[in-house]
Parts: sequence; structure tokens; C-alpha cells
Amino acid sequence: MSASIISFWSTHFALLKSEFWYLVVSGITTGFLYGMVAVGYTMVYGILRLINFAHSEIFMTGAFAGYFLMRRFVGNNTPSGAQSILLIVGGIAVGALASSLMAAFVLERVAYRPLRKRKAPPLAYLISAIGASYFLQNLAGKEFGRNPIAMPQPYGNANVFTVFGSPFNQYDLLVVVAGILSLVALDIIVSRTKLGRSLRAVAQDTETASLMGVDIDKTIMLTFLIGGAMAGAAGFLWGLNSNVGSTMGFVPGIKAFTSAVLGGIGNLRGAMLGGMILGMVENLAEPFVTSAYIDVVAFVILVGLLMFRPTGILGERLGRVA
Amino acid sequence: MSTEMRVHLRRWLSFFAMAALIAIMTGPSGSNNAPVQGLTQSFAQPYSYFGLFRAQRWMIFFTFALVALGLQTLWRRSGGGVRARTAVLRQGFEAPGRRRATVLSAVVVVALVALFIPHLISNPGIQSGIVEQVLAYVILALGLNVVVGWAGLLDLGYVGFYAIGAYVTAWMTGRLPIAAPFHHPVSSFAAIPVAIVFTMLAGVILGAPTLRLRGDYLAIVTLGFGEIILVFSNNLTNVTGGSQGTNPYIPSFTFRIGGLKYLFGNVGYYFLVAGFVVVTIVLFRLLEHSRVGRAWTAIREDEVAAESIGINPLKYKVMAFAIGASVSGFAGAVTASQIGVVYPSTFSLYFSVNVLTLVIFGGMGSIVGVIFGSILVQGIAVYLRFYPPSGYQASDLYMYLGALLIMMMIYRPAGLIPSRRRRREIYQAEDGIGHEGDVLLGEQS
Amino acid sequence: MSDLVFDVKNITLRFGGVVSLNDVTMEHRRGEILAVIGPNGAGKTSLFNSLTGVYRPQEGTITLNAREGHPISVIGRGAYRIASAGVARTFQASRMFSALTTFENVKIGAESHKGLGAVGAMVRGPATRRGERESDQKTFELLEFVGLKDQANTLSASLSYGARRRLEIARGLATNPVALLLDEPAAGTNPAEKLELANLIRRVRDELGVTILLIEHDMKLVMSVAERLYVLNFGSVIATGSPAEIRSNQAVIDAYLGSSETQTSEAS
Repeated sequence: MSASIISFWSTHFALLKSEFWYLVVSGITTGFLYGMVAVGYTMVYGILRLINFAHSEIFMTGAFAGYFLMRRFVGNNTPSGAQSILLIVGGIAVGALASSLMAAFVLERVAYRPLRKRKAPPLAYLISAIGASYFLQNLAGKEFGRNPIAMPQPYGNANVFTVFGSPFNQYDLLVVVAGILSLVALDIIVSRTKLGRSLRAVAQDTETASLMGVDIDKTIMLTFLIGGAMAGAAGFLWGLNSNVGSTMGFVPGIKAFTSAVLGGIGNLRGAMLGGMILGMVENLAEPFVTSAYIDVVAFVILVGLLMFRPTGILGERLGRVA
Repeated sequence: MSTEMRVHLRRWLSFFAMAALIAIMTGPSGSNNAPVQGLTQSFAQPYSYFGLFRAQRWMIFFTFALVALGLQTLWRRSGGGVRARTAVLRQGFEAPGRRRATVLSAVVVVALVALFIPHLISNPGIQSGIVEQVLAYVILALGLNVVVGWAGLLDLGYVGFYAIGAYVTAWMTGRLPIAAPFHHPVSSFAAIPVAIVFTMLAGVILGAPTLRLRGDYLAIVTLGFGEIILVFSNNLTNVTGGSQGTNPYIPSFTFRIGGLKYLFGNVGYYFLVAGFVVVTIVLFRLLEHSRVGRAWTAIREDEVAAESIGINPLKYKVMAFAIGASVSGFAGAVTASQIGVVYPSTFSLYFSVNVLTLVIFGGMGSIVGVIFGSILVQGIAVYLRFYPPSGYQASDLYMYLGALLIMMMIYRPAGLIPSRRRRREIYQAEDGIGHEGDVLLGEQS
Repeated sequence: MSDLVFDVKNITLRFGGVVSLNDVTMEHRRGEILAVIGPNGAGKTSLFNSLTGVYRPQEGTITLNAREGHPISVIGRGAYRIASAGVARTFQASRMFSALTTFENVKIGAESHKGLGAVGAMVRGPATRRGERESDQKTFELLEFVGLKDQANTLSASLSYGARRRLEIARGLATNPVALLLDEPAAGTNPAEKLELANLIRRVRDELGVTILLIEHDMKLVMSVAERLYVLNFGSVIATGSPAEIRSNQAVIDAYLGSSETQTSEAS
């Protein structure tokens, strides 16, 4: 009995050892993507005390926008060089733009603002969010087909360098660069600018902020714009490596929400950190857990966190960011 | 441009945007290969309306938009909304006599219609569709109503209990890869009480540690529970049969009285499940007007005050959760025996959201509302499944349900036939009366 | 000793670094009307919440001897357990179930100490029906006792402030309490209502034999109703005694009554 347990673990650890750096690299990329989506959850939660269920569909919107751009401009031959860079930057930009518009001008306007004006109770928001999520998901499914579609590749995804014998591809580089740039930019916006100040003010105390002359509606709209842009960029990047489809947002959405809770919901830097931790844990758990149960790992982490440490690692509150 | 003009312009624009959206929603679908086709054809292709006339789709919806605009203006001028609202907030007890007569006559009419439905519809597909898609959902919605409507807890893992109920039935009847308990398969009817007990226990086990959580966190935890059950039922192939479903067929209900044997067919199931619906209604009606029902109301409205008179909130929440769970498991057991196979693909979050939509649409906390809402929504779903209009795909249903959820929250949060108490609570919360800004979640601020 | 309903010994309650109650000792005798007074922020509400199980003092003991001979410790028990042990309370800003009628509010109190009974409710056997009748009966009696019988079917949210106080008291009494704890019952009521309230408090004790603890700002009400007082200042007890003794106590005058504006009733 004990011998078999030892052999079980030794084979799995051998697997972990041989694939370690490969898993670390993919952990980092998944971590950045989770983090980029998680900041959207955390910002909206910080301000509206709402789990924005439809954020996963905002993510999906960005992926589709990028997909349409690729579909239009990527021909039969895989582009290279400057053309690749242009396409990728274009894809990120279009994804971010589409998602932020969808989040701020459709989702917030239609599903949340009327409730806010009426001071509806929180459950009403949550239900409206669930409705919006289902609506968008299935509208996309109806219009663009319900099967996952492969994204036309704008680049060769060549190997950039190797980390201890394991490849670090252009995709990994792309995600890391995009992730660092966007998260740093976001952090600067929230901690240094006037917009960031009003954001934090609204998060701490909406009524006082409004008395102090902060335009609540505008701040909330900007929150959705920023969170949407991050999710849209992440959506395009995600779709680049796997597929694009109407239900693609659900699992990454739950994972990103888990990341946000992990870092302390409402806490921006916490969300980034939480994304990184979850990405790592999930990838390093791969040698030990059958792939079908990887999602269960995230759910178990989420449920455990909510029950035993709902404030996460860094604690709640958007106001604490800076 | 004056403010007034801007307001008008915005209203017009939003109505026409809505009309365009409805044109797209009801229009032809796109596909993976032609992803924009659906969008363009929704506006370009003329469409035949119920065989009466053919017109460009957008023309119809723009006409609708104009009519809706006009109606809305009239409604606003008359001040209808405000008046209804104050009336609700003012009323206390109402004279029960007249209400009872209305309810009684409604019950008689519904019962008569229900009696004749199997004779009016002879298509066996639709008959079984009505049992599994309408009647079973009425039971499901009534169970979820206990959790959402009365205890004020948002449960997104409702499907998990349904799955457990179905699998327990398959297990008891010996249809799973693992052997039936004591290697002695029983009839599917005898499996029902076992399924109820198992799901009730599952409800207590999941509920006891999690129901202390804030309302929105509870929603996520229950969602996680549902998804975990889904992953397990898909992947524990040597226990559940995996994604292929259970095999062989779970037997239908059979009764033997002396030498007589009655095997339940579609019509038999129809009347049996309709009977279950009636029993559920009677039991829950008693429960609503018992001290348990009043304790739930108290917790929902002001948990602190409820505790101050000796009510243990957790105990009552767990109880509501367990009752909801066992009803879901019961429905799972009945449907499993009717369909004969248990497929994991049924047990997605879509299912929970579908049942939630019925409760929200009908009116949280209102038995009549929930029944009416379920029959209406699920009845339309069954109709659409068997007589799909051109451009409609079965999965489009969830798009409409999602839209319905948003619409209800914006325009009629208390539901189609609201429970008077619940509507008062919502209005009072919006007007800042009472202590819980959060009556619906039953949580302290 | 055995005739104490609440025996509070040396409790200290801190929030972070702030000491809210400092070594407070208090004896609440069975059947008396006891009042706790003190300026704003003196720790009255903290004491109140410690007695009802809402706060947990870090040091000291609170023994509740509701049913004689069965003392229980308050600290570490949930609010509902203290309530079901026989301590009813009202809230400073009254908390009712606002979407329910006056009658329903009180009835919930009357039946809260009965068991769970979901099955009983669904079967609705003779015992359940008898229970319902008893609760209805009791609810009517209590509504009559506090003078709200005419408003039994009014939505509780539309009652006046004074009526809400009486409703809260009736709801608390419906749980068959040994002690009734009133948290600033006079807040927001007019002079006529205050007089009624004072009468009601006395009647609750005299006719129903319920021990009463009153936390109050309004000196007129306190001095007319209470038989014994504790005075809190900065979280500590600075004086105790009969109203007459307190009136002449120099420490109290310095801390509280000395400042002229508090002589008259303070509306909060």
C-alpha cells in the first residue's frame, strides 16, 4: 500500500521535474491573463459591490473583435515581421476598444444603471448581471456560431529563447509584455491621476464622494471602460492561443474572479497577484491532477477562500491601493 | 440643443436600438463559417409573419418601437407607476373574502384546463415535453422559491441537487456502473424517498458551513458546487457512466395491484407529476403561512431584529436550503425515471439559471406567481422546441431568458404576480425604509 | 446573590486600541427597573450589546440567571441564544419587520421560541393548530396591553415613532422574557409619548413581573421610572444608587449633570 503511494508520488514528481520550466512559463502567461481579467472584477466590485457576472462576456467580446480583425487581414500565408506586430497591436487595440465600449455603454447603461438610479437591492444587480451574461453569451452564439473557432494566426509564434531547455515563445513574450504594460499603466492611473482619486473616493464612500463633487456616473462609466479594455485585450490574447467561441469566457471568468478574491476583492494589486498565484498553482498542479479536474482545483480554492478567508491575501477595499 | 430635446432624442434612439436588437434576436442565425450573415440578413431578408403578411423584419420592429414609445408616454402622463407603488406601500391586510373567491375560481379553471391537456395534445413528444419541461420545472421552481423567495438566498448550484437526485435513482435501480446498494436494485418509485433523503443531506452538508456567507459570495459558492458536480458526473466514468450517460434505461414507474400492472406512459406521467405539483403547492402553502414561513420573512427583512427575538438565522437558512435541495432532488428522480437516461450535459449552470428565471419572472416568494411564470415560460419553450419559427435555434432560448432576467430587474423586480410582502420589501428598500438596504439577500449591511 | 438576573463582573471591551468598557461591574436584581445613564460615548450601547451577546468583551464575565438556578454565561453566545434564554430587547433606532403588519410583527415574536417544525407546519396537525391559536391569542393580548390593538393590521412601517417603540416592546414581551432591555426608548418621541412610555415600562414590571434595564439619555424619563441607576463615563462606572443619590453625587454632577444643557431632556 505505502509502496504504491510512494511510486505514485515519485512518478508525478518526476513529471513535475521534467516539465517544471515549461509549466512555470505557461503559469506566468495564464497568470497575467487572469490578472488582466481580475482587475475588472475587482474594480467593479470595489465601486458597486457587485460581482459583475457578465465580465466573462466582456472578455469574450474582445476575443471576437480581435478574431474579426484577424479574419479580415490575415491571408493564407502567416504574416511576419512588422506586419505581425501591426496585426497583434491592432488585435489588442480592437479587442480592448470593443470590450470597453460593450462594458461601459451597453452593459452598464442597460443592465446596471437603471437599477442604480432606483437604489435597487444588491440581489437585483446580481440577477441582472447573470441575465446580461446569459444574454450576451447566447447572442454571440446565435450570431457567430456555437462551436469554438480557431483564430487566424497573425505570427509564426517562433521560439524566442529557452528557459532551462523549455521554450519561451513569441506568444509568451507577447502576453508578458502586454500584461506588464497594461497592469503598470492601470496602477499608475489609479494611484496617481485625478481619475484614480475619484475612483478611490467613490469606492470608499459613494455619498461623500458625490458631495465632494465627484461625478459618480462618470466615474462608474470609466471603471467599466478601463476594466472592459483590460478584459478585451486579455480576451484577444487568450483567443490567440486557444479558440474563440461564445462560451469561452465562463471558465477564465470564474478563474479571474477567484484571483480577485484571492488577492482580496476590491484590491487592485491583490487581483494582479492573485491572478499570478492562481495561474502558477493551476499549471504546477497539472502533473498531479487529471486535466479534467484542473477546473475543480480552482473551484475548491475559491470555495475554501470564500469560507475561510473572504478578505483574501491583501485584504479588501479599492481605496487601499495606493 | 435643449435638455428636453436631448432626453426625447435619447428615448427615441434607445427604443429604436431596442427594436433593432429584437430584429437581430428573432432573425436568422449566423454560423462559424459565416459569422456576420445572421446580422445582415436580419435586416435585409423579408420575413413572413404567421403567414399573414410578408415584410422587412426591421419595419415590423420599428412599428413596434413607435407603438411602445406612445404607450410609454401615455403611462407616464397618467402617473400609473407611482400610484401603484404608493398603493402597495399603504395597504396592510386586505379583506380576504373577495380574494379567496378569485383564487378559488382561478384554481378551478386551471384544474379543468390541466385535466384536458393530455386529450387535446396527442403528439407523444409534446406530451412528454410537457411533463419534463413544464411540470417538472414547476416543482423545481417551487423548490427554488423556498430558497430565493422566502429565505432570500441566491442558490446557483440548484442543478447539483437535481443531478444527485437523478444519479441516486439510477444507482438505486442498478443503472450505474457501480452496483445498486446491497446488490439489490429497487423500482424507480422506491428510489424517490432515497433521492429525497440524499439531496436533503447534501443540502445540509453544503448549507451549514456556507450559509453564513454574504449573499453574493453564497451565489458564487453554490455555483462552484454545481460546477464541481458537473465535472464529476462527466469524468467519474466508472461511477456515473460519464458523458455517455447511464445505461441501460432507468425503468419507468410501474404499479402492480394484484394481478393488474400499470406502466406509466406519457399520460400517466402527466397526471402523476401534476399530482406531485398539487401536493407540493399544498405543502408549501401551509409552510408559507406557518411560523417557519414567518421566521424566514423576519430573517430576510431584518436579521438583527430576528435574532433579538430568539430566531437562529443559520438554522432557518439551512432548513430552507435543505428543503429546496430535496425538492430539486425529487424532481431529478422523477425526471430520470421518465426520460430513462441521466446525461451530465443537462447539469450545467444553464439549468440553474433557467429555474431562477422562472422564480424571478413569476415573482419571488409568490407561489401563484412562480407556478404561473413557470407554466408560461416553459410552455413557450416547449412550443418553440416543437414548432420553431424560422431563424430560431433551440439554444436561443437562453438568450431570451437572459434578456427576460434583465427586463424583470429593470421594470418589475417583484415579478409578474408578486407576493405582496416581497413587493413591499423591495419598494421599501428602494425608498430607504427599514434597516436592511439589503432585504433581498437577507444580509446585514 | 441568587436574585441577580444579570451579574456583570469586571468586563472590559476593546475595539482595536479603543477601550469601550473598562472594568465594568454591574448587578441587575430580579424585578427591578434599573437604568444605565451617561453622556454620549460613555459606553452605554457597548454595555447593552455585551449583555445581549452582540459584542464579546475580552475580559470579565457576564452571568445571566434568567430561569433561577440555571445560570449561563453570556459571553460567546450568539444574540439569538441570549434572546431565547429569556432576554428581550428593543433597538435605539427601532427595528421592525417593516413589510409586515403590527400583528404579524408581534406574532413572530410569540412563536419564535417554539421549535422548528417545518414538517409540523406542512402536516398542520392539531398541535400546530393549537400553537397558532395560542400565538394569535397572546398577540392580541399584548397588542391590547401596549395599546396598539386598533393598529393591528397597519403596516408597521407606517406607525408613528411612539407606536413603533410600543410595538418593539410588545414583540419582545411576546417571547416570554425574564428581562426586557430597552435601548434609548425615548429617542424621537414627543413629551406625551414619553409619559405613556414611562407608564408602560412600569406596567410591564408591575403587571408582567418582567425585570427591566433601561439605557437612556432622557433624564426626566430615567429619574421618574428607574429605581436604581448606574452612571457610566468613559467606559467606567462612576456612580451607582437611587435617583436621589445620583442627583446629589458630585462625580456625576461633574461628569454629566453639571453641564447645564444636559439638565433638560436631550433629544437625539
